[in-house]
Amino acid sequence: MALEVLAADGLVTVQDLGRPGWGRFGVPRSGPMDIFAFRAANALAGNPPGAAAIEIGLGDAVIRPTQDCLIAVTGAGYALTSYVWDFPLWVSLLVRGGWTIRLNKSGEGNWAYLAVAGGIETEPVLGSRSTHLRSGLGERIKAGDLLPVGRMAYDAQSLAARTLPGRFRPAYSQTPLIEVIPGPQTDRFTADGLQTFFTCAYALSPASDRMGYRLDGPMIEHSGSADLLSEGMTMGSIQVPASGQPIVMMADCPATGGYPKIAGVVSADLPVLAQCFPGQAQVRFRETTVEAAQTRWRELVNGLHTGIIKL
Amino acid sequence: MTKSVYRRPLSDSAILVSLGDRIDPAVNRRVHALAALIEAAPLSGVIETVPAYVTLLVHFDPLVTDYASVADWVGGLADRAAENVSRTPRRIQVPVRYGGESGPDLGPVAAATGLTPAEVARIHTQTEYTVYMMGFTPGFPYLGRLDPRLVVPRLETPRTLVKAGTVAIAGEQTGIYPLDSPGGWRLIGRTSLRLFDPAAETPFLFAPSDVVRFVAEAVDGA
Repeated sequence: MALEVLAADGLVTVQDLGRPGWGRFGVPRSGPMDIFAFRAANALAGNPPGAAAIEIGLGDAVIRPTQDCLIAVTGAGYALTSYVWDFPLWVSLLVRGGWTIRLNKSGEGNWAYLAVAGGIETEPVLGSRSTHLRSGLGERIKAGDLLPVGRMAYDAQSLAARTLPGRFRPAYSQTPLIEVIPGPQTDRFTADGLQTFFTCAYALSPASDRMGYRLDGPMIEHSGSADLLSEGMTMGSIQVPASGQPIVMMADCPATGGYPKIAGVVSADLPVLAQCFPGQAQVRFRETTVEAAQTRWRELVNGLHTGIIKL
Repeated sequence: MTKSVYRRPLSDSAILVSLGDRIDPAVNRRVHALAALIEAAPLSGVIETVPAYVTLLVHFDPLVTDYASVADWVGGLADRAAENVSRTPRRIQVPVRYGGESGPDLGPVAAATGLTPAEVARIHTQTEYTVYMMGFTPGFPYLGRLDPRLVVPRLETPRTLVKAGTVAIAGEQTGIYPLDSPGGWRLIGRTSLRLFDPAAETPFLFAPSDVVRFVAEAVDGA
């Protein structure tokens, strides 16, 4: 069993939950940009949370399974066609061998996830199937690729035609209020600089990618130098270089960085930010606590166990 | 005695532990000692640690544990992480061809420091360096401390391509580029050792806290 790639125009890669354990050697974690949509695709397909799936971004993809299989597609900004039928995202579908699955860029959002029951089973590198192009770990998926699929654990028919209703999904928006945890270098900014960050709207720059989302807006004032001894950072860390324009580190965040971090985006809002469209979205930030952030993330993920229903 | 341990959330899934505020071999040894203590008996939900010059980042899964639990636990360990509980460092020798095409900045560095190219190479090989941290690209070791006589600023305009294996210096540091990548350090030589091979059983030549010594195979243009 395999998925045959007939077309892949955008940034199409295999991702799993990432490559932890190698950060101390300078290897980025990688993994999905919208980690909730990724988890939901696996839940709908009956897979464990870390099964590898296909991330489709910034362009179209056409995929044809070699045998009958169960798939699930989630995310935002895509239209889904299976065989001759159109479907909304966030569904599981039974697909016959030889049918085509089309994902066409449409509407607001950047990233879609295609999970297949049994998971994509490309060869893991450093313990993970996640692709990190800059490190030469994995490759961009292209037309002609044949992606091997593992054995599925359940009966496909019984898991098909299910969905995760909208109220269990992140509140995707192109003008979101994103919650952040301050620090750890808030002392590297002036009081005005902090107030600017927490009150002004920032535009998502077109110069954004899987490594970082650059924001354009009022300059954030440092209290001194914008250089910091390099130290570890994580997805969601908001670095402010000397330009005063913040950069939110995303899935391909380097393991370490050397600019002061004004705040960190909470797990529950990273999927919302990930789906913001570069060049169009306007983002604002609001302070929260680490305790509240963890509660929100647990409730969101718990919805994957309680929220999935038959269509 | 509680040392100056400073813990802050970096997000809802990571905690940053600061043990100092400037590059200091003793502080860096405590960072690696703390990493070793954490890795020897990790709290459930702790995923990995990333040591740096004066900080240790501890990543955890907020679905399994929470910030307060990890912060308490790490705080207790940090008090115990004395310099001498660190692992016995591995010692690694790195053969280098200095100057010429391998190290196009050897001449300019010599000119800037008032030394000859051969003296720059000799001084560079005389120090035992510690891998303070790794980052920038997979397998890149930040090595210190460089002899003060060799301290030069990084390039004003980084090169768009530095070849894998190139040995470079910048400020009080020296390092080796593991992959073809952009780079702003001064290039003084090249090693034939492979620093990163994802398919190998041991993918990385170096690990944080290793001790490194350069050996001159040749000095071109001297």
